[in-house]
Amino acid sequence: MAELQTNDGGGKKKKGGSKQKKVHVHVDFTPMVDMNMLLITFFMLCTSLSKPQTMEIVMPTNKDTKEDNQSAVKASQAITILVTGGDSIYYYEGQPKYDDYTTLKQSSYEPTGLRGFLLRRNGDAVTKINDLKKKKLDLKISATDYTKQVSDIRNGKLTPTVIIKATDAATYKNLIDVLDEMAICNIGKYVIDKITPGDRLLIKNKQSKSNSSANLAN
Amino acid sequence: MSKAKVARKSTLIDMTAMSDVTVLLLTFFMLTSTFVKKEPVQVKTPGSVSEIKIPETNILQILIDPKGKVFMSLDKQADMVNSLESVGKEYGITFTPEEYQKFKLQKTFGVNIKDMKQFLALKSEAQDAELQNLGIPTDSVDNQFKVWVKNARISNGAELRIAIKADQATPYKVIKQVMNSLQDLNENRYNLITSLKVESSAKK
Repeated sequence: MAELQTNDGGGKKKKGGSKQKKVHVHVDFTPMVDMNMLLITFFMLCTSLSKPQTMEIVMPTNKDTKEDNQSAVKASQAITILVTGGDSIYYYEGQPKYDDYTTLKQSSYEPTGLRGFLLRRNGDAVTKINDLKKKKLDLKISATDYTKQVSDIRNGKLTPTVIIKATDAATYKNLIDVLDEMAICNIGKYVIDKITPGDRLLIKNKQSKSNSSANLAN
Repeated sequence: MSKAKVARKSTLIDMTAMSDVTVLLLTFFMLTSTFVKKEPVQVKTPGSVSEIKIPETNILQILIDPKGKVFMSLDKQADMVNSLESVGKEYGITFTPEEYQKFKLQKTFGVNIKDMKQFLALKSEAQDAELQNLGIPTDSVDNQFKVWVKNARISNGAELRIAIKADQATPYKVIKQVMNSLQDLNENRYNLITSLKVESSAKK
């Protein structure tokens, strides 16, 4: 509603000469506000604000797994993470000893758990990358240089290689959490692999705290 | 006593400022948000610290619900039709132009190819209700999922990106099956869709 109010009534007290009328233009914005609110409600309900994030992973190929294509990982650099369901997670460094359940360590998704361990193992790379981050913030190096150097450090010779194995009891969230730790701890070399009977035995022994190797033959 | 005088005040409130605010809000919502795609199942993606945004076009999205049902969506309608045609050919099923037309309008598909004809004959409301109970078979006996991915790749070319969107409670068993199928097809690069998690920095 818009109303145009001309104020010309009772003009007797007005000064004689000026004939200009005082015009109040008043537009009522209430319907406009109503409509806008409706539109806002529509947009709030029918759209999503956050665009989904994504995590890029590259899996090893099934094909051409000839001997010469496979690169053996040094035992001293290998970390195997066994993802089971629930809150706990197991890992061992290097070669597993199937007859000694203490080689398998239990950890958790807490910042002090797996992350603490990986940050310690990958300490060099993490400090280097943090330095680079600082340099980038101070605009000492360009973004392209930064990404190149970071990937160089991540894939350096001395950084650990992580093998992630998940049991069927694990959920997708567990897997993503572990992959997240890789990103947080700046580990460039990791792979998702199939779980072996030996790994299952290790977990079983760890849980029962016995060194039975009854199922080892399998 | 004299009658109390009620001052006659105008009750008009100036809504101009309010209107300004709402228009601003509206503009904000219109510019920043994206429309929610209709999905047959509600999926709650796990949080991650990854900050890469997913590209909007040329995506083959694989939707996996907590029970392990697999659905797929392609963003180009022409590709959907091509994929359906070639998948149908592999299973010896031919579709009529009307059926292609109906299939094109699907946002997400996930039906056993043998039941596809019956499914497409349903009304769209019935399709929505039915779809959440279906899903593409992924088991090793009849891995139609693999066939779909293979044909989507053929009709789309190398540009197509594969993205897996799974519920956080999905058992790893299902994910493994999907990943193995993709591995068999030599599709080794793909994206996992996650939502943003606020995480304290990696510093000790």
